[in-house]
Amino acid sequence: MSLQPLIEIRNLKKVYQVPGGEVVALDGISLRIEKGEIYGIIGMSGAGKSTLIRCMNKLDIPNDGQILIDGQDILAMNGKQLMAARRKMSMIFQQFNLLMQKTVARNVRYPLEIAGVPKNKANARVKELLKLVELESKADAYPIQLSGGQRQRVAIARALASNPEVLLCDEATSALDPMTTQSILTLLQDINKRLGITVVLITHEMAVIRQICSRVAILDGGSIAEEGTVDDVFVHTRSAAGKRLFGILPSEEDDTVLDVDALRIVFDGGKETQPIIAELVKACGVEVNILSADVKRLNGKSYGQMMIEMPKDPQICQQVIAYLTVQGLTVKEVHV
Amino acid sequence: MKWMWPIWQDPFNVFMGAWKGIGGFLYSQIFGFINAKSWNILWPALGETLYMILLTTLISYLIGMALGVLLVVTRRNGIRPLPTFNAILGAIINFLRSIPFVILLATLLDTTFCITGKMTGTVPILFPLIISAFPYVARMVEGSLLEVDGGVIEAAKAMGSTTWQIIWKVMLPEAKPSLINGAAISMTTILGYTTMASVVSGGGLGAQGVIYGLNQRKYDIMYAAAIMLVVLVQIITVLGTALSRKHDHRIR
Repeated sequence: MSLQPLIEIRNLKKVYQVPGGEVVALDGISLRIEKGEIYGIIGMSGAGKSTLIRCMNKLDIPNDGQILIDGQDILAMNGKQLMAARRKMSMIFQQFNLLMQKTVARNVRYPLEIAGVPKNKANARVKELLKLVELESKADAYPIQLSGGQRQRVAIARALASNPEVLLCDEATSALDPMTTQSILTLLQDINKRLGITVVLITHEMAVIRQICSRVAILDGGSIAEEGTVDDVFVHTRSAAGKRLFGILPSEEDDTVLDVDALRIVFDGGKETQPIIAELVKACGVEVNILSADVKRLNGKSYGQMMIEMPKDPQICQQVIAYLTVQGLTVKEVHV
Repeated sequence: MKWMWPIWQDPFNVFMGAWKGIGGFLYSQIFGFINAKSWNILWPALGETLYMILLTTLISYLIGMALGVLLVVTRRNGIRPLPTFNAILGAIINFLRSIPFVILLATLLDTTFCITGKMTGTVPILFPLIISAFPYVARMVEGSLLEVDGGVIEAAKAMGSTTWQIIWKVMLPEAKPSLINGAAISMTTILGYTTMASVVSGGGLGAQGVIYGLNQRKYDIMYAAAIMLVVLVQIITVLGTALSRKHDHRIR
């Protein structure tokens, strides 16, 4: 970790005034985002994640706290400084927010126009960006003629036009189907690797975090419930919010408490799913009762988790745990 | 202020000179079948009506567009909130909007004299027409701009746009189809106002309809003027809709 993170948030507070009282959206958030990483912020709706990312470029104004971008407090900036800072910190949105009356090329050129880049230079840059997002052929099309995924690609090209250091993604894949989500995530990962742009991403989908983020913060009720590397947080989930998000605990609205002891098997890309259970049955001679399974296959590997009922006999239980551990899987005892 | 008079009158004379020239040519080539007396009443009246509509629309849009933008931008959740200013501007516009045009004509007689140098006639009536139309236009423009998706304005903000850039490069272009539609509606409203010109001895199709129909019972001229007004409204509406659609890229 470097001494000075790219984005440092200190004790951020945001309270909304609503008729009949106040809603605390952010309740003292502190976090550090390093240069070049893909940082995920996940939470249920209403957890404050959208407010948090919108505070980062001052679309929302927090009541208290500091947001340091490269050591500069964005909240203390005057109008001109803020505009310059925003050009170094692009944002993409769930609803894409493209200019509907302008062509794809004009949309991508907009940030260059407002920055006063000469026309011929801007046009060359637009071409380059459209090539990056594989939409060269759509330069003269209007957004209405594009699919959701294509529109988000245009939005990404537009966001990259000003050569930003940070890309803020506000639920960027939430309006897209799973296939399109994959291609947008791959593109974001590619941009992060090739251009070294730091990506801050908020989502309510664990799969998104698992696939591209290096670190994650779990937001719950306006504060950070848990924070760390994605692998660590996923395997050693400590907070109740985290457990709910990963499906270890039933969600708050869902009151079907099973009241059983279970084993949580975590798949982190190492092993295949089906043979493991089949072999477990054969090797240990136990009947496996699967309580829940949420395993996704990405690039031929399995990611996710499975909950099986813990065998009543402690000895067999130990046997099962030992077997799975030898197979390279992480197993945890939980009560659901 | 008498010296103001030529500024108002001269452009009208130039326009009507050209209009009558075109009329003479059209009459000799196509409309010879119409009785000359009627033609000489209706053709200049059509010219006067068009002159009143076009000039009023132009000037009230120059004022109303600016005010409409101000109304949207200074709203409580606008891009440059100035709630007190917004409330005062809104109140003034509502006040002007609530005075019926015929009453406005009467109450503005002295002011009209001050501004144009004459009290009555086709040209002085332009002043009360503009006073009546610009608040209407301001509200029309406001409505069109409010239709622009807030997310797009937010994205422009996030990209580091200045207030002026958001107005000029985002709000107005995004609202263009709606603004065009609004302009067509404003024009037909202004056309309605112009037909009251006869109250202050103004001209135009409305005045001829009143003079010949109501006062002299010459129904042929009255009906002809009425039909021409209806056709004019139809043309403005159809052109407005077509132009609006042509500029709307949200239609596949």
